Amino acid sequence: MSTHHISLTVNGAPAEADVEARMLLVHFIREHLNLTGTHIGCDTTSCGACTVHLNGKPVKSCTLFAVQVDGTEVRTVEGLAQNGNLHPIQEGFHQEHGLQCGYCTPGMMMTAAALLEQNPNPSEEEIRWGISGNLCRCTGYVNIVKAVQYAAGKMQEA
Amino acid sequence: MIPPTFDYVVPKSLTEAVSLLSENGEAKILAGGQSLIPMMRFRLASPAVLIDINRLTDLEYIREADGWLKIGALTREADLDASQLVHDRYPLLADTTRVVADPLVRNLSTIGGNLAHADPANDHPATMLAYGAEIVATGPDGERVIPANDFFLGPFESALAPNEILTEIRIPAYQPKSAGAYFKLERKVGDFATAAVAVQIRLDGSGNCAAAGIGLTNVGFTPIKAIAAEDALDGKPLNDANIKAASRLASQAAEPESDQRGPAGYKRALVKTLTGRALRKALERAEGGLS
Repeated sequence: MSTHHISLTVNGAPAEADVEARMLLVHFIREHLNLTGTHIGCDTTSCGACTVHLNGKPVKSCTLFAVQVDGTEVRTVEGLAQNGNLHPIQEGFHQEHGLQCGYCTPGMMMTAAALLEQNPNPSEEEIRWGISGNLCRCTGYVNIVKAVQYAAGKMQEA
Repeated sequence: MIPPTFDYVVPKSLTEAVSLLSENGEAKILAGGQSLIPMMRFRLASPAVLIDINRLTDLEYIREADGWLKIGALTREADLDASQLVHDRYPLLADTTRVVADPLVRNLSTIGGNLAHADPANDHPATMLAYGAEIVATGPDGERVIPANDFFLGPFESALAPNEILTEIRIPAYQPKSAGAYFKLERKVGDFATAAVAVQIRLDGSGNCAAAGIGLTNVGFTPIKAIAAEDALDGKPLNDANIKAASRLASQAAEPESDQRGPAGYKRALVKTLTGRALRKALERAEGGLS
């Protein structure tokens, strides 16, 4: 068993800790950093509720060890809002009622935010393809797609 | 689910990674980790040491050289998908990489890991059989080249020696009038294939099939090269009758088992259908430019 010192940037602020090698990134985020917006859903790399950005790319934080992210930039759902203003994707989920129970929502928003950074004006098909690694068991995705479209419109206005 | 304890090391070079692997009999290479970490959480794998090669970024490349498309083992699926070269000249590979797992997993998962894991349900193995690809392994004595056809020995068992790391994949470089396609049926995004078929063909001057490679995913203990189906197309026009005959032979080469994804007979029939579709798509691409 080995323990390692890691230092990284989380939502723009420095973070460091000693972590056991086997600690998963999602546990580090929730239990060490107390950022509980990132959810643990399936625990089997299927559902995407734990999605965070690693150096700008959305990944499943349940399938990565915390020790691996030493020196990287991690962004969680808590990092979406800036200066008290909701991120357009958060606004979109609010306006379009993109959730029912809310469990998948943080991961869904992180994936959608990364998608929009890469492709500011995605088609419905591209949105559905983009979020295909995130499972929602309530809404049937219709309002989630609308929420992403809302955000895309909003971001293009800006 | 919390994995068992292990030691974690980050080598600074490939040479260091190989010597760490040689020193530790119970060590595993950690690349994308998208298969290994779930297996550790389920406690199906419990390596004593993880050798994290993710910082060896010189193992991430996609380039044509010496008559091959050479791909560094650490190349992520998302980078293959984003590669114009892959899309323009290697449509079978482009098809395959797009249906591995899901978009989030593809940001981390690597082509080398997909092959080294030797899961018969993985997508790249059949594609490499269809291409007639080669796999480069690096060990204490240097590099060794293994034809894809000799690489997959059993479920999760490859020809890699315990002290070797898969470092490069070599696909025969694009030739005019050649193309391929990968057709996969999955129950939902992210699932393994119920069955999938990889096809690569090359046409001769008169439009007949000069060479065909056909690989089958998740219908046996290893990926399967459908040799009789390939041979049946040799020198023949890719007309309806010949495509149907080859598809039938491919389905006879499959050795599926009944499981939660369907009964064996269904999977066998699926291989026949998917082989036909993949051959037709490959033909269309080889004749008409790539799409």
